[in-house]
Amino acid sequence: MVTKDRIGMNASPGYLDDLVHQRLVPAEAMIRLEGVSKVFTGRQGAPVTALDGVDLSVDQGSVLGVIGRSGAGKSTLIRLVNGLEKPSAGRVVVDGSDIASLPETTLRHSRRSIGMIFQHFNLLSSRTAAQNIALPLEVAGFDKAAIAVRVGELLDLVGLADKHNRYPSELSGGQKQRVGIARALATKPKVLLSDEATSALDPETTRSILALLARINAELGLTILLITHEMAVIRSIARDVAVIEAGRIVEQGDVFDVFTRPQHEVTRSFLADETGRALPAYIAERLTPDAVPGGQAIVRIGFRGPHATDPVLARLARDLNVEANILAGSVDEIGGRPCGLLVIGIPEDALSPTLTFLKQYGLDTEVLGHVA
Amino acid sequence: MSPEMIRLIVGATGETLMMVAIAAGLGTLFGLPLGVFLATSGKGELFAAPWANRVLGIVVNAARSTPFIILVVAIIPFTRLIAGTSIGTNAAIVPLTVAATPFIARLIEGAIREVDQGLIEAARAFGASPLQIVLKVLIPEALPAIVLGLTLAVVSLVGFSAMVGAVGGGGLGDLGIRYGYQRFMPEMMAAVVVVLIVLVQAIQSLGDRLSRHLNKRVRQA
Repeated sequence: MVTKDRIGMNASPGYLDDLVHQRLVPAEAMIRLEGVSKVFTGRQGAPVTALDGVDLSVDQGSVLGVIGRSGAGKSTLIRLVNGLEKPSAGRVVVDGSDIASLPETTLRHSRRSIGMIFQHFNLLSSRTAAQNIALPLEVAGFDKAAIAVRVGELLDLVGLADKHNRYPSELSGGQKQRVGIARALATKPKVLLSDEATSALDPETTRSILALLARINAELGLTILLITHEMAVIRSIARDVAVIEAGRIVEQGDVFDVFTRPQHEVTRSFLADETGRALPAYIAERLTPDAVPGGQAIVRIGFRGPHATDPVLARLARDLNVEANILAGSVDEIGGRPCGLLVIGIPEDALSPTLTFLKQYGLDTEVLGHVA
Repeated sequence: MSPEMIRLIVGATGETLMMVAIAAGLGTLFGLPLGVFLATSGKGELFAAPWANRVLGIVVNAARSTPFIILVVAIIPFTRLIAGTSIGTNAAIVPLTVAATPFIARLIEGAIREVDQGLIEAARAFGASPLQIVLKVLIPEALPAIVLGLTLAVVSLVGFSAMVGAVGGGGLGDLGIRYGYQRFMPEMMAAVVVVLIVLVQAIQSLGDRLSRHLNKRVRQA
């Protein structure tokens, strides 16, 4: 449906740029969930459905962010990927093997190629940073010399070489998560699962941890599946996003598409916190669904890709002689592609020609309401 | 105080220390695996065996609810079987160990249950087996608490060891009862009590210090 909208008759020359970003040839999926459901037995013995018919796939070397409110099922979803939970129905395929069907010993072996990091880091308090990183290697049976070499590399990778003999209690939250990341990478996994890894960190530390994850994705070609309740995390690192609500994936796609053209109510509510989306309170309070004669129509314009920087309002004034009143707006970049949002108020009688005009430029428009 | 009395006290202290040390050592040897099993065999846990867990739990509770002095008498046939006699310091070690094992098991179970579940999850996620989780995660992480628990167990054993004196077990309790009480030598009774107080203080502060040294959870000054 998105495609039809984009390559319609009023598509501008810019649409070709958009097409490049669509994956016309599907890449090989590293993680694939097919019709996965998970039902737990609740406290009173009643079944609780955590996941309901989830289909999801993460391409090799890609970053997929799953966003949802707490209790939406995202923790269960990520735990299915490394077999910490077994699906009640459906298949979970990671790097070609069906995780749920593996016997316990084979599964343990497979988990070495699936690293995981956690919201609360889950480091051993009795071990130093270096010893924590060494633990998965000890478990895998590497000899001491090999472990020492690998731990040194990992400490360098996460920038903690000088903290190798510090205990977790002597490290900051960000440093602990770096140790967690190094530990997850110790056995050279192909997949990294991130369970709300930045939720316990302040914004600045969050940025540095996400930058580290992005670097790991780019340099090591690691496939990353992350779950979060913060849109900011998704926008800064993920290429694809899936929105989960009450155990179902309600929307998924390219981060740019989902951010600029959210379809589902839950997605919109997550995006509401993003700058430029929310209406100023004094407008929101007066908004009515019906047109008021002599009043103003409130229109949200979404600028995507090549149009984000077009001087549309100037043209609107010049060509249609419509004076738009800017109420809110932002210009941003998602996944390296510019996008913008503008909320304008225009005279009621100019509404329909304005919408036609904006559509000619391939812009997304939405009439939010009317004010007197 | 006569040199003879001092000789008696030193000898009895040695006996008490030996009884306590051996009973604590054996109690830990049996209590540690038992405690680990109790802590990890509940429903949905690492070595899930809910029935065995429940049965062992009942046995441990039964042993712990039997008053020690009754336990000593009740297991005399067992004591004879193991030690060849039911009188003396060696024989006393048997009931002391039997009393210490379930006590230590419960303390270790408690210490292990205090370990953050997230660590078990992390260890499973990087491919550790249940046994590796116990040996490399649970026991090392619980060690400060285990040391405190064992300290408590040793202090209790000092008290129990004084009780076995009443049934001919030797040691400080025996000395206190025979000389202090039956021969009415208050200075001997006082000396025994003082030695016991010093002993317990020493054990407790040693255990506290060791536990603090092992505990890396808090920043050390």
